[in-house]
Amino acid sequence: MGRVRRIARRSFLIGSAAVVGGVAFGVWQVSRPVENPLRPERGATLNPFVIVDGDGVTVIAPRAEMGQGIHTTLAALVAEELDVEMSDLRVLHGPPAQAYYNSALLRGELRYHPEGLGGWRRVMADALGAGSRVLRLQVTGGSTSTLDGYVRMRTAGATAREALKEAAAQAHGLPRDRLATDRGHVILPDGTRIPYGDLAEAAAAVEVPEVALRPASEWRLLGRSQPRVDAVAKSTGTARYAIDVRLPGMRFATVRMCPHPRGGMARFDAARAEAMSGVDKVIDLGTGIAVVAHTTWQAMEAARAVEITWTPGPGPQTTADAFAEIEAAFDTRRNARPRDDGDVDAALEGADALSVEYRVPFLHHTTMEPMGAAALFDPAAGDGPHLTLWSGNQAPILHRDKAAEAVDLPPEAVTLHTPMMGGGFGRRAEFDFTVLAARVAQAAPGTPVQVTWSREEDMRHGFYRPGAIARMRGAVTDGRVEAFDAKVAAPSVMRQSSRRFSGFAPPGPDRAHLEGIADQPYGFASCRVEGYLCETALPVGFWRAVGNSFNGFFHECFVDELAHAAGADPLAFRLAHLDDAPSRAVLEAVAEMSDWTGATPDGIGRGVAITRSFGTPVAQVVEVADDGGGVRITRAWVACDVGRALDPAIIAQQMEGGLIQGLSAAAYEEITFDDGQVVQGNFPDYTPMRLPQGPRVAVRILESGGHMGGAGEPATPPAMPALANAVFDLTGRRLRELPLARHIRFAV
Amino acid sequence: MPVTLRVNGQRHDLDLPPGMPLLWVLRDVLDLTGTKYGCGVASCGACTVHVGGQAVQSCQLPVGDVWDEVTTIEGLGTPDAPAPIQAAWIAHQVAQCGYCQSGQIMAAAALLAEVPDPSDAEIEAALALNLCRCGTYGAIRAAVRSAADQMREA
Repeated sequence: MGRVRRIARRSFLIGSAAVVGGVAFGVWQVSRPVENPLRPERGATLNPFVIVDGDGVTVIAPRAEMGQGIHTTLAALVAEELDVEMSDLRVLHGPPAQAYYNSALLRGELRYHPEGLGGWRRVMADALGAGSRVLRLQVTGGSTSTLDGYVRMRTAGATAREALKEAAAQAHGLPRDRLATDRGHVILPDGTRIPYGDLAEAAAAVEVPEVALRPASEWRLLGRSQPRVDAVAKSTGTARYAIDVRLPGMRFATVRMCPHPRGGMARFDAARAEAMSGVDKVIDLGTGIAVVAHTTWQAMEAARAVEITWTPGPGPQTTADAFAEIEAAFDTRRNARPRDDGDVDAALEGADALSVEYRVPFLHHTTMEPMGAAALFDPAAGDGPHLTLWSGNQAPILHRDKAAEAVDLPPEAVTLHTPMMGGGFGRRAEFDFTVLAARVAQAAPGTPVQVTWSREEDMRHGFYRPGAIARMRGAVTDGRVEAFDAKVAAPSVMRQSSRRFSGFAPPGPDRAHLEGIADQPYGFASCRVEGYLCETALPVGFWRAVGNSFNGFFHECFVDELAHAAGADPLAFRLAHLDDAPSRAVLEAVAEMSDWTGATPDGIGRGVAITRSFGTPVAQVVEVADDGGGVRITRAWVACDVGRALDPAIIAQQMEGGLIQGLSAAAYEEITFDDGQVVQGNFPDYTPMRLPQGPRVAVRILESGGHMGGAGEPATPPAMPALANAVFDLTGRRLRELPLARHIRFAV
Repeated sequence: MPVTLRVNGQRHDLDLPPGMPLLWVLRDVLDLTGTKYGCGVASCGACTVHVGGQAVQSCQLPVGDVWDEVTTIEGLGTPDAPAPIQAAWIAHQVAQCGYCQSGQIMAAAALLAEVPDPSDAEIEAALALNLCRCGTYGAIRAAVRSAADQMREA
């Protein structure tokens, strides 16, 4: 069981929550197989998850709120044990601190299939330095946040509750077990209600034994949809994002960096920009410039007016060049072969084999809040310079340390605040925007700067979901898959991000590259999956569902082709091959929800797909219609099994949101390259799905128990093949290249 | 350039560079940060405000061309006293990341002021410019519909 410790200080500053005369409760879980190297006897810092003071109860969330609703679920986990109303809680982001490491990224519990899932977590751990540095893994990703908080947030709440009861017990000379708690109060046997805040200071001085957690049968919040803790702020314009940070004397800045990946800046002439109204200064950032001005608009106008000569990068000049690099990877040494069951070659030999190639494009995250951060470099703060950052990020320790390095300060001299994030989807794990803000602030010492990227800068300086190619072969006999043979080539997200995060790339197989194709719950007579990696100068990164985002498309379109070759109904064909009960159950559920018959009238097409990623099988049926004005995505049905659903409404939001992001990518989205740079710059060129194009969506959540799967990512991978399969059903055209808008006309 | 602006019922006499879009006056001069920057080219709707009750993308409206009183999300309602459309947004738990929602709400509010009982097509047309990356479109449709019902009953 976990160790429980308290922090009790008269004044305790954490993030923006100052605890005066209050008490903060922290807890962590010693988890296996990874030892927790934090040892209190060695004086390691303990950070609180719950603060109780005169102002009430504050939950410090170890994970980033990017829209996925995690703050609400983490707060509910605390509230369940602490007996406090959700509406009386405040939730803040945790500061960079090792106690907020993501335990679930390393724990075995997410492992749902022996060969599944482990991949990206393991590589991430390598990338960030496992072993002694395991606690640097303060990362929000991999759809792990709920699992990560499941025990420790409840333990923090239970510990706080018992400490408050003990404080009341001592004050009134009663045994603790005669006291109760209810809605933020300790209740004495005579009915007297004492607010938690009144007991907080005394609670700091009591000893609390380890507390058993309440069984699920007694839960009153968990398992039921809670009002989101951020709903009011986000509906009234009062939620504060990094872009909204305003400080006295603040200046507004923007950057204009070399648009050629790994290119540079030969020279620049800022004379015209510096003469423009409201411009304070133009900063030389080596591979680009920043402009500091009185308003963001003046900064952006001036940045455009700087005359810059760029030097090209070593990367591909065009999209064709980029895909030639990927294609060439098939001729290099294989990186991984995680599956080789049965004799694929023998099964393909002589059979009427299907042999096809799929391609998916590079994609951009396009968070609605563009990249940027606010920063203040104080050159003479007490012991020396201090940097304060406000950055919406998914990896606080990483961002803080990289920013510190960039301005030549020790990490202790950097304070990083994490405000709300206007979308993340993986983009905010990268630290480039935090580092640039730090460097701009360093060049404007003593002045708080709000550094906002233009949308064009954001879109042309992404870490893109890589383009990928799959070569698939397969054979069916009597309705059964005899051979399934997949080769996937793409730039390696893991290797690139590892180099950026830690300076080296772990050698060996890149399992994340094959997640979603090597680990799917199908039983084929023979199955072989191979991965090929290409080095590229193009920046690639984590995009919602990572490797699953392309492998789900390859796998589930090809299964559809095999079903068609077998003359079978694609849904029944999948059911006949799935060897996992929860996966079959979600497929059966979606069949029932959509009244799947296998037949569609003229002008209507339906496609089905099922993928299992991040511990959660998700099945989807997508319906398209063509009324003469182009193809319209009319309806979609989603069934998932998250094992145990802590907040059904939030999970349903993630299922619908993940579906929409997948449909949007499959239908419309594509980053292309020309002249060694990204062509698309703004929404007119890279247009995600808009409201009139979105389908009506129904979601059903199954709970088979026994595991806790993710919610944020698993609905994205099946959406892309389900749509392509629906288009096949509608048009008879098997489109093996995304986005589909390259080949068919969608209704506006 | 001297400019007089009425925003959320308050008069501001400002000296601003000509051509500066209303969005940046709101955000960087008046500190009304509820209105968001998303694209700067009037193609995402995050910056939607009302000018004289009409939904306008403020990133492309030079402040000198503002013809009437401006209402921003902060002027529509507050956390303690949300406007009916905001209450519907809260009840339907629309927001995920929330960044686009100020613009969505302002576009929806302008629609309902003009069309109390909009058809699905009218809702789609009114919100077609407002991008959301989290996929909240279904919840937005539901919230607009229920706000319309509530406002007509009230």
